[in-house]
Amino acid sequence: MFDLISFIPRAVAQSIPLLYGCTGETITEKSGNLNLGIPGVMYVGAISGVIGSFLYEQSAGDQMNGFLTIFIPMACCLLGSLLMGLLYCFLTVTMRANQNVTGLAMTTFGVGFGNFFGGSLIKLSGSEVPSIALSATSRAFSRSLPFAANLGWFGKIFLSYGFLAYLAIAIALTASYVLKHTRTGLQLRAVGESPATADAAGISITKYKYFTTCIGCMIAGLGGLYYVMDYACGVWSNDAFGDRGWLAIALVIFTIWRPNVSILASMLFGGLYILYLYIPSGMNLSMKEIYKMFPYLVTIIVLVISSMRNKRENQPPASLGLNYFREDR
Amino acid sequence: MDSQIPAVRMQNITKTFGKVTANKDVNLDIRRGEILALLGENGSGKTTLMNMLSGIYYPDSGSIYIDGKEADIGSPREAFSYGIGMIHQHFKLVDVLTAAENIILGLKEEGRLNLDAAEKRIREICSTYGFEVDPKQKIYDMSVSQKQTVEIVKVLYRGADILILDEPTAVLTPQETERLFDVLRNMRADGKAVVIITHKLREVEEISDRVAVLRKGEYVGELKTSETNAQEMTDMMVGHAVSLNIERPEPKDPKPRIEVKNLSVRSSDGIRKLTDVSFDIRTGEILGIAGISGSGQKELLESVTGLQPVESGSITYIEDDGSRRELIGMDPRHIQAMGVSLAFVPEDRLGMGLVGSMNITDNMMLRSYRGGHTVFTNRKPPKALADRVVRELEVVTPGLTTPVQRLSGGNVQKVLVGREIASAPTVLLTAYAVRGLDINSSYTIYNLLNEQKKEGVAVVYVGEDLDVLIELCDRILVLSGGRVSGIVDGRTADKNEIGLMMTKAGGEAHE
Amino acid sequence: MNNTSNTPLIHISKKKELPWYASWGIRLVAILAAIVLCAIVTMVLTGDNPGQVFSTMLYGAFGTRRKRWVLAQETSLLLCVSLALTPAFRMRFWNLGGEGQILAGGLACAACMILLGNKIPNAALIAVMTVASIGAGAVWALIPAICKAKWNTNETLFTLMMNYVATQLVAYFSIIWEVPKGAGQIGIINQSTESGWLPQVGPHKYFLNVLIVLILTVVMAVYMKYSKHGYEVLVVGESENTARYVGISVKKVIIRTLLLSGAICGLAGLLLVGGTHHTITTTVAGGRGFTAVMVAWLAKFNPFAMIASSLLLTFFSQGANEISTVFGLNHSFGDILTGIVLFFIIGSEFFIQYKIHFRKKSAVSESGKEA
Repeated sequence: MFDLISFIPRAVAQSIPLLYGCTGETITEKSGNLNLGIPGVMYVGAISGVIGSFLYEQSAGDQMNGFLTIFIPMACCLLGSLLMGLLYCFLTVTMRANQNVTGLAMTTFGVGFGNFFGGSLIKLSGSEVPSIALSATSRAFSRSLPFAANLGWFGKIFLSYGFLAYLAIAIALTASYVLKHTRTGLQLRAVGESPATADAAGISITKYKYFTTCIGCMIAGLGGLYYVMDYACGVWSNDAFGDRGWLAIALVIFTIWRPNVSILASMLFGGLYILYLYIPSGMNLSMKEIYKMFPYLVTIIVLVISSMRNKRENQPPASLGLNYFREDR
Repeated sequence: MDSQIPAVRMQNITKTFGKVTANKDVNLDIRRGEILALLGENGSGKTTLMNMLSGIYYPDSGSIYIDGKEADIGSPREAFSYGIGMIHQHFKLVDVLTAAENIILGLKEEGRLNLDAAEKRIREICSTYGFEVDPKQKIYDMSVSQKQTVEIVKVLYRGADILILDEPTAVLTPQETERLFDVLRNMRADGKAVVIITHKLREVEEISDRVAVLRKGEYVGELKTSETNAQEMTDMMVGHAVSLNIERPEPKDPKPRIEVKNLSVRSSDGIRKLTDVSFDIRTGEILGIAGISGSGQKELLESVTGLQPVESGSITYIEDDGSRRELIGMDPRHIQAMGVSLAFVPEDRLGMGLVGSMNITDNMMLRSYRGGHTVFTNRKPPKALADRVVRELEVVTPGLTTPVQRLSGGNVQKVLVGREIASAPTVLLTAYAVRGLDINSSYTIYNLLNEQKKEGVAVVYVGEDLDVLIELCDRILVLSGGRVSGIVDGRTADKNEIGLMMTKAGGEAHE
Repeated sequence: MNNTSNTPLIHISKKKELPWYASWGIRLVAILAAIVLCAIVTMVLTGDNPGQVFSTMLYGAFGTRRKRWVLAQETSLLLCVSLALTPAFRMRFWNLGGEGQILAGGLACAACMILLGNKIPNAALIAVMTVASIGAGAVWALIPAICKAKWNTNETLFTLMMNYVATQLVAYFSIIWEVPKGAGQIGIINQSTESGWLPQVGPHKYFLNVLIVLILTVVMAVYMKYSKHGYEVLVVGESENTARYVGISVKKVIIRTLLLSGAICGLAGLLLVGGTHHTITTTVAGGRGFTAVMVAWLAKFNPFAMIASSLLLTFFSQGANEISTVFGLNHSFGDILTGIVLFFIIGSEFFIQYKIHFRKKSAVSESGKEA
C-alpha cells in the first residue's frame, strides 16, 4: 500500500532545495538575467556552509554554542553564494558577457569548487568513508518543534521539518508579494521586460540586476545548505547534490515565474523525485531507473503543453538572456 | 521675453558615436511659455541633442544650464529632477504593465505602492488637459495614439515643466495631430517650455513660436516662426534649395496585374486585420496605400507575397496573355517557382528584408542562393550584383564585406531596393520605402520607383507622408481599421479628404 | 538616498571592429593572466613554486607519448561535440543536450555490440553500430527540435531534460546488461573477441578518432561557409522573418539542423563507446556536452578556431589532473582551474567590444567655466 504519511514528509524534504533554487532563479530572471550558474551556486553555498561548520565544530569541540552553530554555516553559505552572484553580475552586467556561457562556466567552477573542498575536507578529517559528517550542526539545523512528534500524522506532515524548510516557504511567499505588490517589484519587472524603458524612467538597471541576481544567488545557496545540513543529515559527499540545480531552473518555467506557485510545484517535483522508492518493483532494480525519469519527463510534458497554449501573461520576461547597453544603437 | 533667463541653455554641445559626430558645438536656448520646433532632416542630430537633455546620452563636451545654473544630467532620473521630460519616438512603455503602472514606474515616492491614488491623479491630469486614458488598461491592448497619450501623461505626472516631444505626429492621423496640438497649446498657456522635434514644415508653421534648425549635427540658426516661410526653413535645413516636386509620369496603358477580391485576414492571435478588401494593382502605375499605421497595410502586402495566412477571399495574378493564377495558399518560394516575379521591400528592412549581420554580397544572395544544381552556393553573381548596386545607387559603404547593419538607413534601403529591382519584377511592393531617409536618398527611391513604373511594373507604395503620396502616386487606396474606405485619384486628391477617410469606419473594425 | 551627482567617471562606448590579431591578442593576454592566477591558487594550495606547477601541467599534457595521445584523443572528442553544437548555435538554437545525445548514441552503439557481437561479421557490425549511434543521437535531438519548430517550446530546458532521460535509460540498461550479475554496470564489452571495437588505424589506437574528427572539422567548416544549407542556417539564426520572407521553411531548417547536430553527437558516442572505452556508463559523456558549448562560443563558432579552444580546455583539464595526482589534490581541481580560465576569457570579450573612457570630473566643470 502507498504510505502517504511517510511519503509526504520525504517529498517535502526533497522539494526544499528545489524551492530555494527556483525562487532564487525566478527573481534573477525577473531582472532579465538567465543564470545557468545556479547549480554551481548551490554547490558553493553548500560547501561554504560545510567549511564554516567544519571549522567551528573542530575548534569548539564540545562547547558548541547553539546560536553560532547555526549562524556560522548560514553566514558562510550566504557569503559564498553572494560572491558567486557578484562574479556573475560583474561578467554579464558590467562586462556584458554572454549569459549562457557565463552561467555554464559558473556551474563548472562551482561544482568543481564544491567537490574539491569537499574532497579536501574529507581528507583532512581522515575519515574512512568518502564523506564528511557534521552531526552536531545537522542536529541544530534539523531540529523540529518539540511537540511535533506527539501530534501523529499531522505533526509528521506539517511540523517535522527543520527551520530552513519553513524559511524557504516564507521566502517564496515574500518574493511573490514583493514582485506583485510593491514598488520594487514593479520596477524589477520593468527592468526584465524592457530595460530601455526602465532606464528612461530613471531606474538604475545595473543596480537592480546586481541586487536581484545576488539576492537570488544567496537564496539558491541556502538550498544547497539545507540539502547538506538537514536533508543529508550533515553528511557531505561529492556529487551527492546531483542535478537538483538544473531541475530548479526547469521549475522556474514550470511555475511561469511565480514564486508562490513554485511552493506546490517543487513539492510535486520532490514527490516525483523519490516516487521510485514507493513504487513496488520487487526484485526488479532496473525499473527503478526508469521511474527516476519521472521528474524530467513531467518537466518536458509541461514545457510542451505550456508552449502549445501560448498566453501573453505566461511569457518569460521579454529581455531574458539579453544584456543591456544604454548607448546601443 | 528675450530678457528672461532661458529654462534651458545648451552651450557648445558635442557628442560622437565612434567615428560619427552626431552633434558638434551646438548652442540652443529653450524658454518657458513657448513652443520651440527643433527642425532638421533625419540624421541631423535632433534626437541625439535632446537625448542629452533627458539623460539618455552624456555629452562629450559642452555644458547645460537649467534656469541659469549649470546642470549635470547623468541619467534620466536626474533629468526629471530638473523638470525635463521627454516623449520618445519609440515609446518607452512596458507592454505587460498597465497604463498606471507605467506612469508611476521609476518614481521615488514614500510609503507603500498605492495604485489607487496614482490612478486618481492620472484622471485629474487627464481632465485638466483633455486626455482620455484608462489607467487599468494594459499597454499591449492600446492603439498607437493611446500609447502616446500615456507617455505624455507620464511626463506630466512627474511634474515636468520642460517637455520634449520627438516626432510626435509621425504615427497620428491629421485629426489626432490637431488634438495633440491643442494639448500643447494648453501647456504653453500653462507656462511650460515645449520642444517639438520634427522635419515637417507644416507642423512647424502651425504650432511653434520659434524654430531652431540643425543640419548634419550642427546648429544652423533660429528664426521666429511668424517671420519666416517654408522656403527659408527648407534652405536652412537642407543647405541648398531643392525642388519639392516629385516627378509623376503618365501611366502607359495600365492593365490589372493583381486582382484582390474580398480579402479577409486575421492575425495569429485571432484579431481581425483586414475585412473584405478588394482592389487591383495595375501595370505601369504606382498605387499608393494610405492609412494610420497598423490599419492593415502590413498584412495586405504580406498576403500578396504569400507571407500571411488568409482567412478568405482571393488574390489573382494576371499574366500578360490574360491567364490567371491564384496566389493564396502559396509561400514565397512557390510563387517564385511558378514564374511570378514579385519584389517586396518590407517595412522592417534589417529584420525582414535583409540580414543585418551579413555583408552586402551575402544579402544579395538571399533571393538567388537556390540557383545552380550543386549543394554549394555560388557567390559570383551576387558579388557582381552587389558591385553594381553599390556603384549605380551610390551606396556609401567601406566595402562589400561590411555588415549591412553598419550602414546608414538610406544606404541600407538602397541595398534592399537595388536587390529587389534586380530580379526584374513584374510587381514591386514597397512599405514605407523612405522612412528615416534623408531628402536625397528619398528622391533616389522615388526615381527608382518611377523607372520601374515606366518599364511597366505594377508598383505599390505604402506611405505615411500624405504630401508624398499625393505627388507620387497615380491612385491612392485608403485603409481604415482594415477596410478600404476609398480609392482616390492622386492627381485630384485632397489631403484633408484622405485624412478623414483614414479615420472613417475606424471604430467599426473592432466590433 | 542616492542623490549624489553621478557624472559618469567611467564612460563605456562601443569599439569599432578590431582587426583579428588585436582581438586574439586580447584573448591571449586574458589566458596568460588566467594562468598566472591559476598558478597563484595552486601555490597557495600546494605550497610549491609556480615553475614547478607549470612544468607539472606541461608534463601532464605533453610529458609522454601516451599523454600526448590522450591529449589528442580528448581534444578531438571535445572538438567533435563542439562541431555538433555549432550549426544549432548558429541558428540560435541553444542545444544544451549534447550530453544526452552522446549518451543516446553511445547506448545504441553498446546495444549493437552486446546484442550482435560475435554474431555477424565485424565489418557489418561496425556499419550497423555507426548507423545506430548516429541515428540515436539524431533522434534525441529531433524530439526537442520538432517541438521547437511546431510550438516554439523552450529548447534550452527541453534538451537539458533530455540529458537526464538519457542518463536514466543508460542506468536502466546498465542493470539489464550488467556483467557480472549484481554489478550494476556493463563492464568491457566483448573483451576477448574485441567484436565491434573500432579497429586500430595508423600509429596508435586513438589515431582513428583523431582522424575522423579532423575530417569532420573540415566538412563542417565547408558546410557552414559554402553550402546552401549552411547559408539557410545563418539566415534563420539571424532573423526568422527574413527567412520566411525569402521562402525558407524555418521549421524544416530547424529540424534538419538539429538532426545534423544530434547525429554528430551520436557519432561522438560511437567514438567514445566503440572506439575508446568499449563500455557504457552514465558518466561516459563526461560533461562534454556542456564544455563544448564554451568551446564553440570561445571560438566564435569557427570550426578551425575550435581546434585551438578545445585544445586549450583539454590542456587545462589534463594538466590539472596531473597536478592533483602529483600533489595529492582532489581531481575536481581541474574544474576550478578551467572555471578561472573561462572567466578570464569571457571577461576579455569586453575589452574586444568596448572601450573605456575615464572622465576627469574637474575637466568637465572647467570647460564649463571657460564657456
